[in-house]
Amino acid sequence: MVAKRIIPCLDVADGRVVKGVNFVGLRDAGDPVELACRYSAAGADELVFLDIAASHQGRATLVDLVRRTAEAVTIPFTVGGGIASVDGITELLRAGADKVSLNSSAVRDPDLVARGAERFGCQCIVVAIDARRRDGHGWDVFVKGGRENTGLDAVAWARQVVALGAGEILLTSMDGDGTQAGYDLALTRAVADAVDVPVIASGGAGCIDHIAAALDPGAGGGHAAAALLASLLHDGVLTVAQIKTDLLARGLPIRPLQESS
Amino acid sequence: MVELQQSSIGLVDYGMGNLHSVQRAFERLGASVVPVGSAAAMEDCQALVLPGVGAFDPAMEQLEQAALVEPLRQWCAGGGPLLGICLGLQLLFEGSDEGSRAGLGILAGRVKALPRRPGHPIPHMGWEPLLPAQPSPLLPAGAPEAWMYFVHSYAAEPADPRCTTAQVSFAGDPLTAAVWQGRVGACQFHPEKSGPSGEAMLRRWLAWLQQSRGQ
Repeated sequence: MVAKRIIPCLDVADGRVVKGVNFVGLRDAGDPVELACRYSAAGADELVFLDIAASHQGRATLVDLVRRTAEAVTIPFTVGGGIASVDGITELLRAGADKVSLNSSAVRDPDLVARGAERFGCQCIVVAIDARRRDGHGWDVFVKGGRENTGLDAVAWARQVVALGAGEILLTSMDGDGTQAGYDLALTRAVADAVDVPVIASGGAGCIDHIAAALDPGAGGGHAAAALLASLLHDGVLTVAQIKTDLLARGLPIRPLQESS
Repeated sequence: MVELQQSSIGLVDYGMGNLHSVQRAFERLGASVVPVGSAAAMEDCQALVLPGVGAFDPAMEQLEQAALVEPLRQWCAGGGPLLGICLGLQLLFEGSDEGSRAGLGILAGRVKALPRRPGHPIPHMGWEPLLPAQPSPLLPAGAPEAWMYFVHSYAAEPADPRCTTAQVSFAGDPLTAAVWQGRVGACQFHPEKSGPSGEAMLRRWLAWLQQSRGQ
């Protein structure tokens, strides 16, 4: 069985790492390439960079960051934020990103998912979904950093983008993000069970129990293929080694830390 | 500028992404790597690497537009060393479920879609341990357990099972993870993205290349 992945997420703006707590109060947390190397050496299975500024003038900086990361790290990484065209996808993949993540642009232009998948294969196209619990039942899809409710149902939207060619879903619970109160397991499970592509759980991890629950394939688990982590790692609360050792002991399929090579 | 690149490895550049990571992976191991976009550029190369990320048909179209299809076939027919990576492995076969175009046909067999089974998401994406098959320069007998990074929705089914040098388990079935025939090798996973295990495999291929020079 494919190993469950532990994925540090680096929010970047203008070539620097920042961190969001409920999407406000950003703070500088270091050099992205240096952090990427640190996480790669520490046993992270993959990395995600999200360009939260996503400004036009910041694009060249992001492409340069992707290039320098590809030179330095030997694990896969995904880049997201402000990618609105096949040209934008091409630019980042050619700079060395393994996958791109589409969010608002997929809502605006769902066919972009299809065009990207047609051109590069669905394995390169991640669709990021920011979901917030709806009054009553289900979850709404939000865009623009959580400011705009699209009215789309998160589970239906996940099904739609996978039908269009998305190879992976990066699912963030807006309710959980930054709270460290645990992933939204019902949301994660609902989406993971609705699609036949991997789902990365994001938003709310506060301890190893939360991560284990998101990855748990059992009835009460999140059924996710991977867990995205930010503050927990960036703030030094937990290390990748601690998380992996613990998850292995719980019997989850995890790539071991020490490789004989 | 006109300095002769001695014993360079040619990285086939046909617009299908991710050249950078592959190039850097080899350079970290001390190899000299040059992008190769034409038949003429192949001539000075000691070996070729055929990378590839994306879909089968667009990749074959790009190879055709670059007039690289026949030169690649001739290179391999003439005993030229070649390492295919990911889609680069699939292109070596005769065709794929993913598209309608003919592949390079350097290896006999076809590329098949992964079986759809509940609880086994496709693409098959992530880290898996290799299951050794026929020993080869990529994976000699007794090599330590190696976890590699896979991202694929299709896998090759070689006509000759003896060319399978490693497999990977997917939904309980063994899939082709790496092949070797003559002087042509290829891996479905990404050695350049597989941390220390991937690096070790590339180092073995480079060592084989040095040993087999002039043969």
